[in-house]
Amino acid sequence: MVISKKPLQFFIAALVACLPLFSSATTVNDTVTKAAAATTSMESATHAEPKKAEGHEVENANLTEEQKADLERKAHIKHHLMDSHDFTLFTYGKEGEKYFGFPLPVILLDNGVHFFSSSKFEHGEGVAESNGSYFKINHHDGLVYRTDAEGTFTEDDKGHVTNVKPLDFSITKSLFMILLVGLLMFILFRGLGKSYKQNGSIAKGAGRFFEPIVLYIRDDIAIPNIGEKHYKKYMSFLLTIFFFIWFLNMFGLTPLGVNITGNLAITASLALITYLITTFTAKKDYWGHIFWMPGVPVPMKFILAPIELLGTIIKPFSLMIRLYANMVAGHIVLMSLIALMYTFNSPIGSPLSFFLAFVLSLLEILVALLQAYIFTMLAALYFGAAVEEHHHEEHHEVAHH
Amino acid sequence: MEIPKIVGAGLVVIGAGIGIGRIGGSAMDAIARQPEATGKIQTAMLIAAALIEGIGFAALFAVN
Repeated sequence: MVISKKPLQFFIAALVACLPLFSSATTVNDTVTKAAAATTSMESATHAEPKKAEGHEVENANLTEEQKADLERKAHIKHHLMDSHDFTLFTYGKEGEKYFGFPLPVILLDNGVHFFSSSKFEHGEGVAESNGSYFKINHHDGLVYRTDAEGTFTEDDKGHVTNVKPLDFSITKSLFMILLVGLLMFILFRGLGKSYKQNGSIAKGAGRFFEPIVLYIRDDIAIPNIGEKHYKKYMSFLLTIFFFIWFLNMFGLTPLGVNITGNLAITASLALITYLITTFTAKKDYWGHIFWMPGVPVPMKFILAPIELLGTIIKPFSLMIRLYANMVAGHIVLMSLIALMYTFNSPIGSPLSFFLAFVLSLLEILVALLQAYIFTMLAALYFGAAVEEHHHEEHHEVAHH
Repeated sequence: MEIPKIVGAGLVVIGAGIGIGRIGGSAMDAIARQPEATGKIQTAMLIAAALIEGIGFAALFAVN
């Protein structure tokens, strides 16, 4: 090849790292679109109340304006972390009033099934009517409530909405992306599996890229932690969870603006599955070590039993928190760095913000892979503890020493 | 009530930072001594770091 591979690799990495910038570019405040235009052409990934700004100059902005802009930035970051009922890629127009994206189906269970397109919500501004009931999205928590025809919310003194909340089975942004990733994984790995048959046990196409990763998970995660004897039945789960988390993490860095692994419900269900598998495939020795720890005095066994029992719950709980907190922290820091250009609102701010966000995006690509790896690794470690049989070896060791 | 919480979380994060720093430093030492064991050392390092990190995040959650 004439062209050296190094610069090409760097260029591709740089392109990927720039993606989050596009996803998070906003029209938080009209005064700053000048600064924003310097770095990104696209504007606003979401609909964070774009109608407030009136085009003041920065120098004239008094404290309350600044505070208002500050609050808007915070609301925007918070909004980015939430799930939503439609897919908005970016907004455009003078005040960000035009949306580019597509609606998703809304399925509500409230005295019968309501099924309509989320375009009826008009990006949270409108009241949707279905079978004689009215629904509106609350701005603060992003949930759907039943309202009257005007879409009024009643609140108690603590600020909680007291409207009736219908059961929401909508295909939201997160759910849509989960289904998409599921489909993607099915196609990719089915293709990989098939290519072995057709091609004489040699992977082809995209499988060439994934085969070493699959082998790595088998040879360096599953076998050392679970053991030659039992690792096979856990492989499907470990592979699924690794690629699921990795793909979702990577999609979180694209301009789609999704934050799925940074959603406590998702990580909780992943951790719950891990916990159930650990519990139901555990061998006698696992329970023996929890309730009647061998090799310690009898009073100690009574003290250790509740601690060990609690430990079985803390392990998946820490899995849940670790993935969730890592992804949320990454998104918040990235969004905050991008918001720096609005905070500085000067020619220095934009390049600085761009540079910092760029470097952090590179780090986030690493974190996306690392978190998937750690989740898989720890899950394998817990499975390994569940199926370990060390009674005999222990006795032998004691006898030998 | 707010300030002690935040200071406490800060202390936990400092502790976690020192912990992860020590793990990283020790792993570097170990790799320098035995470069052929790099893979194993890195795996062990990542697991230990992830466990400590979990504690740090738990502290941040307590503040939230």
